[in-house]
Amino acid sequence: MPPAPAKRIRLASTSDIVNARRAAQAMLEAAGMRQIRITRFSTAISEIARNTVTHGGGGMMELAHEAFDGRRWLTATFTDSGAGIADIEQAMSDGFSTAKSLGLGLGGAKRLADAFEIESTPQGTTVKLACRLT
Amino acid sequence: MSRHGADRGAPILALGRNLVVSIRDDLDDQAIVELQDRLTEEISRRRAEGVIIDVSRLDVVDTFAGRMIGALAKMSRILDARTVVVGVRPAVAMTLVELGMTLGEVETALNLDRALEILAGSKSR
Amino acid sequence: MTEESNELSTLVAVLRADYDAILDEWLAAQSDEGVRRTELFSEREIRDQSRSVLSAIQDALTGNGEFRLESEDWEPVKDLLKTISQERVDRGGTIEESTRFILTLKQPMFEHLKRHFRSRIEDLLDEIWLSSRIIDQLGMYTMRVFLEERDAVIRRQQAEMMDLSTPVVQVWDGIVALPLIGTLDSERAQMVMENVLEAIVEREALIAIIDITGVPAVDTLVAQHLIKTAAAIRLMGAECVISGISPRIAQTIVHLGVDMPEVVTRGSLESALQYAFQTIGLTVRGK
Repeated sequence: MPPAPAKRIRLASTSDIVNARRAAQAMLEAAGMRQIRITRFSTAISEIARNTVTHGGGGMMELAHEAFDGRRWLTATFTDSGAGIADIEQAMSDGFSTAKSLGLGLGGAKRLADAFEIESTPQGTTVKLACRLT
Repeated sequence: MSRHGADRGAPILALGRNLVVSIRDDLDDQAIVELQDRLTEEISRRRAEGVIIDVSRLDVVDTFAGRMIGALAKMSRILDARTVVVGVRPAVAMTLVELGMTLGEVETALNLDRALEILAGSKSR
Repeated sequence: MTEESNELSTLVAVLRADYDAILDEWLAAQSDEGVRRTELFSEREIRDQSRSVLSAIQDALTGNGEFRLESEDWEPVKDLLKTISQERVDRGGTIEESTRFILTLKQPMFEHLKRHFRSRIEDLLDEIWLSSRIIDQLGMYTMRVFLEERDAVIRRQQAEMMDLSTPVVQVWDGIVALPLIGTLDSERAQMVMENVLEAIVEREALIAIIDITGVPAVDTLVAQHLIKTAAAIRLMGAECVISGISPRIAQTIVHLGVDMPEVVTRGSLESALQYAFQTIGLTVRGK
């Protein structure tokens, strides 16, 4: 049976954040994941989705089933064409609570996801989160 | 018990000298601002002594929502109302800890009864 | 697509022409190699499985001109192998048996290719290489899904065991206790955290006592887990007491530099209970 098709969610305004989160929750529930893992990953998705909207000027999230390393994963890839993050390391270390990086829940998202990748240039940012299913 | 506030967003209920606000899952930024307005308005108008923020409908609380809850609690405190957050789900509690969010010095209670006990306790100060 | 560019055309032709013979010889090869354990699967089942796989392979070969295991044409074959592997895991088969099931197909294939090509050695070698490649990849796929399924079974069993080994006890109205016994690893500590939080909601507890008297040692990860548990409990509006900390564990915690602010700790379950009763406003009186 071919894997389920990828799901794309537009992230234009803050009300789209809930859609992104719920789409991920639905896919994780369908995969039979435990509630705590669903909540963790959905929270990470919520963080990055918000960043994409408020800092990236809007963008897209794509949810897909992937297989690598002999395991199956649910991946969420966020893309935007914003101005990019100048200093990624700093953004991630400040995490969540300082006034400087208000809204950048990157550090938190990284901790909550099983895998995390980020690439940011002045042309835009791509963040990829993954939740291990098996 | 009387009811105030539009049904869009979170309803604010009055229980004696306390107010109870139940946060919905899908509040957008606009609704949040409205809620802050309404709540502070009500606290002031009724000279409420306590505010109970019910988050039992939230199955996900990210840093933004966490800060929002913290902000509501702070506003209430400034208006001299003691604030208690109730209904934090286990999965949410675990995630917030992972994110490093402690909701500041906001008090929490397992349910409405406990929250009311806490608030009643403060009356005898 | 011309005949020349379709590298699979010969294989398909040979398979189609000699289908029954190849199937019979494959079944025979399976017995020879000790793959057919009839105590695991009946003759009938093995025959059905082999026939389905062979047909599916034939269909897959008839598809595109080039062999690519990732292409959709091979999904049915992979699905079959996956189901068969899972069956073998469930019935206690070994990974060798499971993999040899598909690998023994080489024997009849090579045999029939030999007959087809007779003295055209060059062409014969090409076809043998091709069919070998295909069957090897199917073999590797079979191994992978076997292992995945076995890992899944083990994880399920572990989860069940962990659930059974971390019972939550209601000590009093509003007080729950979690007496832990045995080594705590990171995963078990995680389970403990989830169990205690769920119990607090269910029993409407004010205080949760996590007793680690029966835990011989604690490493940094577990210590951090316990602290996170205490923090999560506080977030939910209850209080956490960790009791039964041995002198050795106390030293470990300090040496590891783990910070434990605001976590109430007690040396024994007894003193933890005293603390709990006090906190909820109860006193125990002697007669």
